[in-house]
Amino acid sequence: MMKILALLCLLPALCAAQTINVGSKRFTESYILGEILTQTVQHSGEAAATHQQGLGNTAIVFSALKSGAVDLYPDYTGTIAFELLGLKRAPDLAELRRMLNAYGLGVGNTLGFNNTYALAIPEKRGTALGIVRISDLARTPDLKLGLSQEFLSRKDGWQALKAAYALPHAPRGLDHGLAYEALAAGQVDLIDVYSTDAKLGRYGLRLLEDDRGFFPAYEAVVLYRLDLPQRYPRSWAAVQALEGRIDAARMAAMNAAVELESKRFSEVAREFLSAAPASADNAHASTRPSFLSVLFGPDLGRLTLQHLFLVLGSLAPAVAVGLPLGIWAARSRRAAHAIMAIVGVLQTIPALALLAFLITVMGTIGSAPAIVALFLYGLLPIVRNTATGLIELPLSLRESASALGLPESARLRRIELPLASGSILAGIKTSAVIAVGTATIAAFIGAGGYGERIVSGLAVNDHVILLAGAVPAAVLALLMQGIFEVLERWLVPRGLRLGSESPQAG
Amino acid sequence: MVTLENVSKSYAKRVALQPVSLEFVPGETSVLIGPSGCGKSTLLRMVVGLIHPDSGRVLVNGEVLAASNVEHLRHAMGYVIQDGGLFPHLTAADNVTLLGRHLGMDAGRMGEQVKSLAELVSIPADALNRYPQQLSGGQRQRIALMRALMMDPPLLLLDEPLGALDPVTRYQLQDDLKSIFQRLGKTVILVTHDMAEAAHFGSDIVMMREGRVVQRGAFDDFLSAPAEPYVAQFVRAQRVAGITARP
Repeated sequence: MMKILALLCLLPALCAAQTINVGSKRFTESYILGEILTQTVQHSGEAAATHQQGLGNTAIVFSALKSGAVDLYPDYTGTIAFELLGLKRAPDLAELRRMLNAYGLGVGNTLGFNNTYALAIPEKRGTALGIVRISDLARTPDLKLGLSQEFLSRKDGWQALKAAYALPHAPRGLDHGLAYEALAAGQVDLIDVYSTDAKLGRYGLRLLEDDRGFFPAYEAVVLYRLDLPQRYPRSWAAVQALEGRIDAARMAAMNAAVELESKRFSEVAREFLSAAPASADNAHASTRPSFLSVLFGPDLGRLTLQHLFLVLGSLAPAVAVGLPLGIWAARSRRAAHAIMAIVGVLQTIPALALLAFLITVMGTIGSAPAIVALFLYGLLPIVRNTATGLIELPLSLRESASALGLPESARLRRIELPLASGSILAGIKTSAVIAVGTATIAAFIGAGGYGERIVSGLAVNDHVILLAGAVPAAVLALLMQGIFEVLERWLVPRGLRLGSESPQAG
Repeated sequence: MVTLENVSKSYAKRVALQPVSLEFVPGETSVLIGPSGCGKSTLLRMVVGLIHPDSGRVLVNGEVLAASNVEHLRHAMGYVIQDGGLFPHLTAADNVTLLGRHLGMDAGRMGEQVKSLAELVSIPADALNRYPQQLSGGQRQRIALMRALMMDPPLLLLDEPLGALDPVTRYQLQDDLKSIFQRLGKTVILVTHDMAEAAHFGSDIVMMREGRVVQRGAFDDFLSAPAEPYVAQFVRAQRVAGITARP
């Protein structure tokens, strides 16, 4: 057990040496592209490649790239301009490159598709009405438009589009999840989509050409560290050779293969690279695996170990630091205010923000920043229960200990801590149970654990995979609870567990 | 043995103790008596060092009580409070030997001391292995007395030690305590609000009211020459005149 844990600790360090780390964000398309990049690097034969898949969000994966924990990952020019660089408009590729150079980062060739807002109309209807471009819409004012609330309310959404193309329509709001069905049922004629949505192929939709260049470009590109081409020239050349090879239809088909046919990312990527079609109408694909087979999948052991490692690895230091802090808080009212304020505030930091911050500070992704985050979250219950446990001891007992002439350290060790042990242990138990739940977010930064299933289940909207991660996490939380109840029997002194079995006053 | 020189204590809104000077003679049993809030417990807790006087000083064995020597001086005092103050997570025996173990007292000597103290306070051997929860109130006070006497201190301080006991147990313990005090020859300061108990224990009774000493003397002085009307009132209110003589 200890050896395996030690090995798990070493893994990230070992990998860092001769491995190219590919990152990806938490949605299907990013997973697939990350997998394609990973396999491309592997095929070039120069270095090993690992896929740190489903890293929380843009901020996390960008931090990981800047810190060197990840060498390259797929992103979009629009996202880079608006979210990462905070620009108001999307500059051209050359300007983006210049701006990212300041961070030691580069933008590779475009992969061939633009994942942006688009307007979609059923192919047949488009042909019948002769609609190919958005500007064609002005000729058909009776067309029923069903647009998502987000698109309707965005400043750069419908109102701007309407002005740019002088459109006469009065669209109705439509939930994005229902849009395709509404379109198929003929309730609306046209909807807004992302240009690589998985369902485009299944519903036979035509994307209208943005002939006035209204929508900002979200060209798929590879974002990389500038030192990568020097360190691994052949691998980089192979990645650059992907230029223009994935068009929007191809990407949509691959998204569909994952989301609608339950194919694995790696499988879809392999098919793409071996030039086999990853077609959406490939009906015989894979049958959906059962819950039990996913739950007890071959990764269960690894995920369990990783999860335990995260929980115990953060709980131990939380106890080691939280106990003295709690004692200090019980001793000094002024210290108590400061300590409780700090550990309280820590608790309110959103997990993803904390993780993104820790990745930047620590310069790595994986279990190290995850454990630090869990450690920080674990402090509050331990500190608070230790402090209250000590403060609420009856004055008569504390004074009796003083009156005996025991020094402070002995009073603490022999009297106060044993008397407060029930409360302290309850705090540690709370902390442990919370850690089991919170550890699932560690998967956002590639630290593994049951969260890996939850994250990928969320990404591909697959409840079976999601549950296969959530159920063992819940079981582990219950198990923790049970273990602590046993510990309580063992650690809380017997004299404190006695009911009043004998006459009280006499 | 114990000298209080002009000690006083005030809290935010209340004067707990006006400047008081008192001396307690070695080998004597003295009783502090008075109504609730008269300052008798405050005085005793000052001697233990649990309360620091605003002014004046406390001398124990000729040493001025201070933060630097308080632990050392406490080893020369035994302190017993109303509910015994026994630690619920330790057995009776462990409560008694706690300080001895901390000070590295020889195990054999400790065993002998526990045995002789158990005889002194009439505690059966099997009660020593029980937890405070499992003992009766009277037994708990006997164990608390053992704990106070464990290091054989010259000074014994008792704050309403029998206050929470039923009348029969209390009556019995009053007799036992008195004979123990007489046998050990220690300096004893006992706090009570019960005049009959005071009369039973001490020829030296200190009566307090509203933070000052109103009269000090033998019980007969309180009857025959009350220092102020309140003293006579206090004695009368407790209906003790007729029951001072014990069978």
